[in-house]
Amino acid sequence: MQILNILKLLTRNKVGLVGLIGLTLFVLLVLLGPLFIPLDDEAHVTQIYQPPSAQHWLGTDRQGRDTWSHIVYGGKDILYIALVAGAISTSIAVVGGALAALIGGVLDTVIMTLSDIVLTVPRFPILAVLAAVVRFDNPLLLAVLIGVLAWPPLLRAIRAQVLSLRERDYIEAARALDLGTRHIIAREILPNLMSYILISLIFAMTAAIYEQVGLIFLGLAPLSGQNWGVMINYAYGAGAIWQKDSIYYIMSPVLAIALFQLLLVSTARSLEEIFNPRLRTGI
Amino acid sequence: MTTRTLGRTPPLLLPSPLNRARNLLTSYTFLKFIKALLTIFFVTSLTFFIVHLMPGNPIDVYIQDLQNQQGMSYSDARDQAASLFQLDFNQPMYLQYFEYLGNLLQGNLGLSFRSTGTPVSKIIFTFLPWTVFSVGTSLIISFTLGILLGMVVAYRRNGVLDNVLSAIASVLSAIPNYLIAIIVISLLGVQTGILPYTRMRGSLSPGIQVGFTADFIGDIFFHAFMPMLVYVLTTLGTWMLFMKSSTVSTLEEDYVTVARARGLKDARIATSYVGRNAALPLFTQLAISIGFVVGGSIVIEQLFAYEGVGKLLFSSIQARDYAVMQGVFLIITIAVVGSNLLADLLYSRLDPRIRVKGTE
Repeated sequence: MQILNILKLLTRNKVGLVGLIGLTLFVLLVLLGPLFIPLDDEAHVTQIYQPPSAQHWLGTDRQGRDTWSHIVYGGKDILYIALVAGAISTSIAVVGGALAALIGGVLDTVIMTLSDIVLTVPRFPILAVLAAVVRFDNPLLLAVLIGVLAWPPLLRAIRAQVLSLRERDYIEAARALDLGTRHIIAREILPNLMSYILISLIFAMTAAIYEQVGLIFLGLAPLSGQNWGVMINYAYGAGAIWQKDSIYYIMSPVLAIALFQLLLVSTARSLEEIFNPRLRTGI
Repeated sequence: MTTRTLGRTPPLLLPSPLNRARNLLTSYTFLKFIKALLTIFFVTSLTFFIVHLMPGNPIDVYIQDLQNQQGMSYSDARDQAASLFQLDFNQPMYLQYFEYLGNLLQGNLGLSFRSTGTPVSKIIFTFLPWTVFSVGTSLIISFTLGILLGMVVAYRRNGVLDNVLSAIASVLSAIPNYLIAIIVISLLGVQTGILPYTRMRGSLSPGIQVGFTADFIGDIFFHAFMPMLVYVLTTLGTWMLFMKSSTVSTLEEDYVTVARARGLKDARIATSYVGRNAALPLFTQLAISIGFVVGGSIVIEQLFAYEGVGKLLFSSIQARDYAVMQGVFLIITIAVVGSNLLADLLYSRLDPRIRVKGTE
């Protein structure tokens, strides 16, 4: 399998290995954690803003609830939106980029002009403006909108890659055999693009996390339930940032998101190092 | 790629008016300019139709509010909405759209309907200078600093300095800027008291006169310090890492080896041969980052109560002041598209290969 090979290569890179292990732990915690750790959703007025202890690993919030349990439950939505948005923008980028590079001509001009236009649309402001008209209380809608705006930089990278792959001998051989564009894309080009697609997907996910948490923090995406962004929003709204004893409460979701972003970015950077020979000889 | 474009001789054209017109229409600058206008037009139309056509659009909501809250009849409410939004409901949508575009061309962004009667352009121009000042200054600082640091670590690859700085840079560039802002407020302000964060909120202390005085300049930097710190911290890492990899690949170019062989001084090679060429690709990135930072200022300015366009956009969204919202969004778009255009043109001046490729 292509993906497995990529992951195997990744483990040989020090930063990449740390990133991969960290991401695996995070995903396991987010997906399996809720099965083992009960959600502490009852107010305990005597235990407001407790510092971390054996009983409350990350302390307690303004209602005396265990922050750690909320962190465990709060990652699922973030991960879901990031994955869906990332998958949408990566699919548009791969299909559009490959078609633009392989067919060229008018189609290439149209796709590139469109991507130039969408690229310069200020993404976060337009999402904020949309939030005034559409209610972003549905995670899927939010994910689709984030994904639909995010593809241009990825499309350019994929197009450039395909343009360089197109000149290789084995593609010319496939063309000479008249195997058809669909076969050439699916069988000859896509497998060689896997690493780039993976890198693009990860970077698209980080952008999606940035945008969704920003919107949730401002209260423009009123998602309910347990969510790190919602936690920051509540903590900030409760004034937790301005008090000395509530630092664990506001910092827990902040650091959870920061750490997750950091792991994603370092994994993607290591992949770039492995698959971009120019960078590799440089480092 | 370059050899192919350079190797082909351009067809010989006689300088007739027709050819001159054709040259203008296919020139790089002209094409870029058209593309920029097209983008602004596209975004403006998009926001117009979002606001006017979506189910539950602001105009319908406003009419309903008037009917429910003030007991107006539908036609009265509609008349009031029409005067407020400067619309004529008897006209078909496309005519309203053209009228809106016509007003925009004359610089008329309409009237705010929260602070009734105030032109949107007037509101925007009281907020805009703060964002231009804080974002502009921070970007210049972090761009310059990033280029310098990037070159230094590229020359000392794999040294202690490189490892430490690169690690810090990748951490800072990975974390969302509003989270860095929360951490800055919390650690430097609330927990340790290093920064007087409560006095630093806002963009100007009360009682300070606007003017070219030491008091005023000191005060605007005092208030802009925290947002600027956040902008610099979150963009510096990207510039540094980008410059590092760009310098590393420039160092391998033949002309650098030749310059060394000719016995040129290291300092001269570093500035005229390596630095200049390595910094080239960063200029396009600078334009993209202006858009990103201005977009991010919505959250940052909110956190520091800084009176810029980001805060204005957020407050207009909260107040459902669609005229202001559309206006601010248009200004942000023009700023982003304009800076992209500027970067493209600058880049084509600095690197003529781009221009040749563009007209191909």
